[in-house]
Amino acid sequence: MSVAGGSHLGGSLRYHLNVDLIGRAALRLGRWKAEFQARASPRWDSQYISPPLKISPRTKELIYRHYLAGRYANLGRKVAWVTSGAPAELLKALDFYVLYPENHGAVCGTTRQAVDISIHAENAGYSRDICSYARTDIGALLSGVTPVGKLPRPDLLMACTNICQTVLFWYRLLAHHFGVPLILIDTPFIYSQPGNHAIEYVRRQLEEAVPVAEQVASKSLDEGRLRQVTRMSRMASELWLEIMGRASHRPAPISVFDQFIQMAPIVEMRGEAYTVDFYAAMLEEVDSRVAKGIGAVKNEQKRLLWDNLPIWYRLRYLAELLGERGVALIASTYTNAWGELAPLIDPQRPFESAARVYLYPILNQGSGHKLETMRRMIAQYELDGVLLHSDRSCKPYSIGQMDQRDRLIHTYGIPALLLEADHNDWRAFSEEQVANRLSAFMELLGV
Amino acid sequence: MTVSQIYALGLDVGSTTAKIVGVDSAGELVWSHLEAAEPRVADQVERFLELAKEEGVSTDQMLLVATGYGRKLVEQAARQVTEITCHARGIHRSLGHGGTLVDIGGQDSKVIRISPQGDVIDFVMSDKCAAGTGRFLENTANRLGVSIDEMGLRALQSNQEVPISSTCTVFAESEVISLIAQGVPLAAILRGLHRSLTRRVVALVRSIGLGSPLMLSGGVAYNQAIRSMLEEECQTPVLLPQHPQLMGAYGAALISLGP
Repeated sequence: MSVAGGSHLGGSLRYHLNVDLIGRAALRLGRWKAEFQARASPRWDSQYISPPLKISPRTKELIYRHYLAGRYANLGRKVAWVTSGAPAELLKALDFYVLYPENHGAVCGTTRQAVDISIHAENAGYSRDICSYARTDIGALLSGVTPVGKLPRPDLLMACTNICQTVLFWYRLLAHHFGVPLILIDTPFIYSQPGNHAIEYVRRQLEEAVPVAEQVASKSLDEGRLRQVTRMSRMASELWLEIMGRASHRPAPISVFDQFIQMAPIVEMRGEAYTVDFYAAMLEEVDSRVAKGIGAVKNEQKRLLWDNLPIWYRLRYLAELLGERGVALIASTYTNAWGELAPLIDPQRPFESAARVYLYPILNQGSGHKLETMRRMIAQYELDGVLLHSDRSCKPYSIGQMDQRDRLIHTYGIPALLLEADHNDWRAFSEEQVANRLSAFMELLGV
Repeated sequence: MTVSQIYALGLDVGSTTAKIVGVDSAGELVWSHLEAAEPRVADQVERFLELAKEEGVSTDQMLLVATGYGRKLVEQAARQVTEITCHARGIHRSLGHGGTLVDIGGQDSKVIRISPQGDVIDFVMSDKCAAGTGRFLENTANRLGVSIDEMGLRALQSNQEVPISSTCTVFAESEVISLIAQGVPLAAILRGLHRSLTRRVVALVRSIGLGSPLMLSGGVAYNQAIRSMLEEECQTPVLLPQHPQLMGAYGAALISLGP
């Protein structure tokens, strides 16, 4: 259902009618229906893993609403496409609709459409060695195919190099394709500690980005609003960190597979009040699971850490495979990345704190830092082993994993397994071989 | 062979061969049977169990553990256990110690670090590629018209060795054809092929670290060239069990016998 738009209706009004009125009501109705169904006749069929959190219909509603707003965004809002590690607070404060092509890629991955969409990019000459998120994004823009209906055209692009160097080329390509300005935030790689000059360098780039973004937005930045958005980001990140922290309970109330699904808002909707409300409600539910002793895996025997991006198209399969033997995957360096920096966010000094926060992501730091993060998480969550997903697409995340595995085993005495796959491209996933390695690993763990 | 002798069975349904092993109550290997693997796994398993029955095993009270790629298709098994655990168990019992086991199977190669008590400490398997496996030798042997049994010996007869640069089974075949066309002696090509396979396996060994002694199992263990090149590359002797090809099935039988 949508308002097609008569000549008397302005774009902005049509946007609000379709998104805020009709769309919101329809999605709310859908959520109530799903919640009612889950209560009245639960259709959960797994013997080994607990049903999804009760908040899941609300997650779905949030994600759908986000993409619905995107679908109509060009009618009444300015649109920015950004990388997952971009300082989006600045754009949120200027009322941009912010789209994350990587998250859209993940949606394509979970709905198993990523390969079909990527093929459009491959047919245009983009190599299969390029990141499958980038290929999914390029394929979607070349073909118009997307599981979310329609992606809005960007008015502005913002890429931050704190996650990889692929984004440099990817976003230059987008800038060329759409003919819109690209803000590039260069974050020097941190080998040990960032010097003040590095923080200053990023801060200056952020300040220099303001007039560019203001010009596209046709409005001036209200610093009070930026502080407010930054505060919301911090609150949501803190809640997310707390939710993940609950996995230290035995049994762990929430698995990494749950986290992979529930992390969408913290990535693409941070800085919003409704995201804070959402995670506050989730924390409440997770706490009630803790109180009742409900585990994400029904018969938790062993607890593992996950390193790297998810294998989006096999989440349930892997959850069942592990859950069958009482193996709970309860912590991951990946989901942790959206919570661990919460204490660094300072709403009173939004530029300086953003410079610091966006310099520190795990992918912008050395391999030793990741190993130390893993070691800390192993101790915090009392873990029995580590699964390292060697992700063909994500080289910065995967490089160093051989050495990290070695150190985990020989220095810390923690069993670790390297699994080869790809976060979005199922052609790089061999089910039988993955299952065989996982089974052997679980036997090694004694389950 | 009497009824009391076979106490438990282990079945290894691999990609190239299927093996069944019977052990007595003390875990000694007392009976075995090996065939080329058939695509209809269920039928082959049924036949194997009939053979076991003929050996006096009562299929009603049978203790059976299945391993190998086809293990999930063995409905009669009480448990399915991976080849990693089974090979470790089999070799530990056969040789009486831990170490580093290299198993070159038809479909993949594995390197397993085994503790002195026989537990798996760590393992690594070849990637999604046939180049580091027995199939690599089998394919090229077919292409060269050499029997799989004699190719190792013939490789060792040559002092000359041509490098086979390709690490892909299919591309190696075309490389071999081109070498033959250039008039390179067959034995030198064979030596190069064995070196190529050995180096891939040694890379696996190095990736998890070589803990002495080095042990070898799987059908490729019968190949003398692989054995001697493995010793040469790793600078350590390679130990073989009496029945290298049966280690998976033997381990499975030991597991079905109990701890």
